[in-house]
Amino acid sequence: MPPKAADKRRQGQGASSGGKAGKAGKAKKRDEETSETGEDGLTARAVVRSPDQLRLTEAELKAEITRTLTADNPHIPRDIVRFSFIERAYKLVDDMDQTTIHFTLNGYLIHKDSDEGRRQSIRSSTEAEQAPVEEKEAPVEASAEATEEAETKDEEPTEEAEAAEEEEREQAAEAAEEAKAAEAEEPPLPKQPEKKLANQFNFIERGSATYQYPLREKGLQTDPAPIENFSDNVNQWCIYDAYMEELERIEKAKEKEKAKPVVVKKEETHSGRKLSYVEPPHSDSLSKVAKAAKIAERMVNLNTFDDIAQDFKYFEDASDEFRGQEGTLLPLWKFQSEKTKKLAVTAISWNPKYNDLFAVGYGSYDFMKQGHGMLLVYTLKNPSFPEYSFSSESGIMCLDFHSEHSHLLAVGFYDGNVAIYNLKKASSQPSYKSSAKSGKHTEPVWQVKWQKDDMDNNCNFFSVSSDGRIVSWTLVKNELVHMDVIKLSADGTTMQGPEGLQLQMLGSGTSFDFHKKIDYLFLVGTEEGKIYKCSKSYSNQFLDVFEAHHMAVDSVSWNPFHLKVFISCSSDWTVKIWDHTIKTPMFVYDLSTAVGDVAWSPYSSTVFAAVTIDGQAHVFDLNINKVEPLCTQLVVTRKKNKTTHIQFNPVHPIIVVGDERGLITCLKLSPNLRKMPRLLLRPLWTVQCSWVSEHGWGVCNTTSASLQDTWARKADVSTGSSKHPAWTSTVPSPFQERTDTSNPQELPGQGGAVVGYSWALSVCGAGRDFSAVTV
Amino acid sequence: MEETEEEKKDEADYKRLHSFPLIRHSDMPEEMRIETMELCVTACEKHATNNESAAKMIKETMDKKFGSSWHVVIGEGFGFEITHEVKNLLYMFFGGSLAVCVWKCS
Repeated sequence: MPPKAADKRRQGQGASSGGKAGKAGKAKKRDEETSETGEDGLTARAVVRSPDQLRLTEAELKAEITRTLTADNPHIPRDIVRFSFIERAYKLVDDMDQTTIHFTLNGYLIHKDSDEGRRQSIRSSTEAEQAPVEEKEAPVEASAEATEEAETKDEEPTEEAEAAEEEEREQAAEAAEEAKAAEAEEPPLPKQPEKKLANQFNFIERGSATYQYPLREKGLQTDPAPIENFSDNVNQWCIYDAYMEELERIEKAKEKEKAKPVVVKKEETHSGRKLSYVEPPHSDSLSKVAKAAKIAERMVNLNTFDDIAQDFKYFEDASDEFRGQEGTLLPLWKFQSEKTKKLAVTAISWNPKYNDLFAVGYGSYDFMKQGHGMLLVYTLKNPSFPEYSFSSESGIMCLDFHSEHSHLLAVGFYDGNVAIYNLKKASSQPSYKSSAKSGKHTEPVWQVKWQKDDMDNNCNFFSVSSDGRIVSWTLVKNELVHMDVIKLSADGTTMQGPEGLQLQMLGSGTSFDFHKKIDYLFLVGTEEGKIYKCSKSYSNQFLDVFEAHHMAVDSVSWNPFHLKVFISCSSDWTVKIWDHTIKTPMFVYDLSTAVGDVAWSPYSSTVFAAVTIDGQAHVFDLNINKVEPLCTQLVVTRKKNKTTHIQFNPVHPIIVVGDERGLITCLKLSPNLRKMPRLLLRPLWTVQCSWVSEHGWGVCNTTSASLQDTWARKADVSTGSSKHPAWTSTVPSPFQERTDTSNPQELPGQGGAVVGYSWALSVCGAGRDFSAVTV
Repeated sequence: MEETEEEKKDEADYKRLHSFPLIRHSDMPEEMRIETMELCVTACEKHATNNESAAKMIKETMDKKFGSSWHVVIGEGFGFEITHEVKNLLYMFFGGSLAVCVWKCS
């Protein structure tokens, strides 16, 4: 059946239309071949039908059935569902990509107007040559891109498979050609832009630096080390001499230390071998200067106080002649020290050996205000500063120089202690001091006095105190040993104490004095106003009692020339002169204020001086005026300053007065005050004299002229005993002469002694006729 | 003649043997002085014939110990005028015939 064969052909075609594009042509041919073979096989052209083949009518067979070819991929699933997070539901994915990629080619051509293209064009703009190349590039790139796009598009199937196929082929060929052409052109070009390519990530490098501090310059220079110059010259002999000297010095030092025999070698003084270090001796410069400084100090002082020194030596108040009997006191030096300004002068004592040296004790009389004490030793040669100074815890109340050992000072303290200071030793402490267990007084010690050495040649001194004991202290083997000599028992004051004890009240001694000649005899003044005459040998009984004063007896003193006479002064404003054999005083002087101290003059037995607390000094001469003082002078000018003590210098015509402010004033006695009774003995005179004087006569021929008229008189005195039987042989001449061996112009205290004549006769009298033995 | 020569030799020997360091002038502190003196003695004994090397030894040791710029003069007869830092001068005799002067000045 030919229609059946035709159907086959058509079916064949239809089948081939459903098939792929490229096989369509071939399918045709196979159909024809099969149909032909079919025909060839069955020469009858019999249509073989399968049993299950469709039986169609001819009309139906002729109907044209259009079949289209689409590019739809039949294998794509059309029912893919994806979950959409936006809508939170599963959604059917509609458009499925129908594209099947057969060929891809990645190009590296970029559009010239894109960012990168522009960048590159900018980079290459500097090279003008490359400009046209770029332009070529551009169309090439454009065409390349176009072809790429075309490829992608063209790969999609068109209406007709064949046409599409061919077109695709052609276009692909064209594209390939163009691409090749483009590629051909490109290879030479990309070389240049490759140089300019930035790195992949388009980094920009940027640097930064931290802030740098500006530098500053600073300079410093230390002080250069101090420098000195030094120069010397050295030679062989110089060295040799130095060594010799050194060796000698070592030798001497060795000899001093030990008495070793020094090994003496050939030359004089080679010492033993010693490679030890030897230093040149450097002396203590201060000690060398000390002596020189002292002398210089004295010289300076002398220059400063030159006029005073001249006055001291030479000035005699000429107006004394016109003043009648009265005299004056010429103020000389004033001694004071910083440390003693608050202390009162409590004791003054002249050194027996050195006439210009005197010791002053400082303390306080005020019971409430007791402080420390000072002991200063001054010399007239240096009024500014004491020679020696000692300080003590307790106030010093009294002091005394030893008559032979003039370096020993006995001192009594307010606390009852006594001490001995040794001026030769350079210590600030006393050499010996009493203590509570060695029998010190329980009350202030008011007076101390040295005695003669006892039988063992030990120094000893006495002390009197308010506790009523008079104690003798002996320096035995470097220790002070005490011995109670007497206890001042007040009369009629024995009391009945508890348990039937008999208590005895003791009076308090305030002053005492030993007789110059009669060793055992001494007087004690007490606070009650009594004066006891005592003996060292009788310890519990007094020889005599004088009802002397109404108040405490401040000072009692034997007349240095008259054996029987003593003087006493008291705060009851009176000064009384006694004969110790007579109970009542011979003279009484009322000085209208309390009397601090009284002292006999060493040159005349009739002259004495007293100081009262109003600062006045009174000088009496009984020879001239028995009633009134020859001189009453204000010594201390400051108010509220009481003068406390007075002392005559044994040699010079001066007195020192101490006061409450620690000031010592030195005054010179005017000639009227120094009158010594003239002593002329002629055989014709018979003299009745009730007193005898103590000292023995001596033959004195004064050869040197007197310095002052009123002082020394030429006298030829012969022994009294032979010429004046009225005089006993014991009548002495109180003549102590010191010859002036040196130039009278010399200043006091330097070298030779100053002329001093002290003489007095027994002229003091009271209550009886007395006739002065005048010569 | 011979005897006197011998005596002189003996004297010289004796002096050299029995002479000790004698400080003529110094313003150094005590310890420094002793140290320096001993150093000088050591150096002079070691370089008894050569003053220069002795001086060199002293100077270098002093520089190390006490700071820079020391000067040393050793000799038997010379005169000098120097400027020195205060407390840094030592002038001594040694060995009977040698004089050593050590000072610091920079």
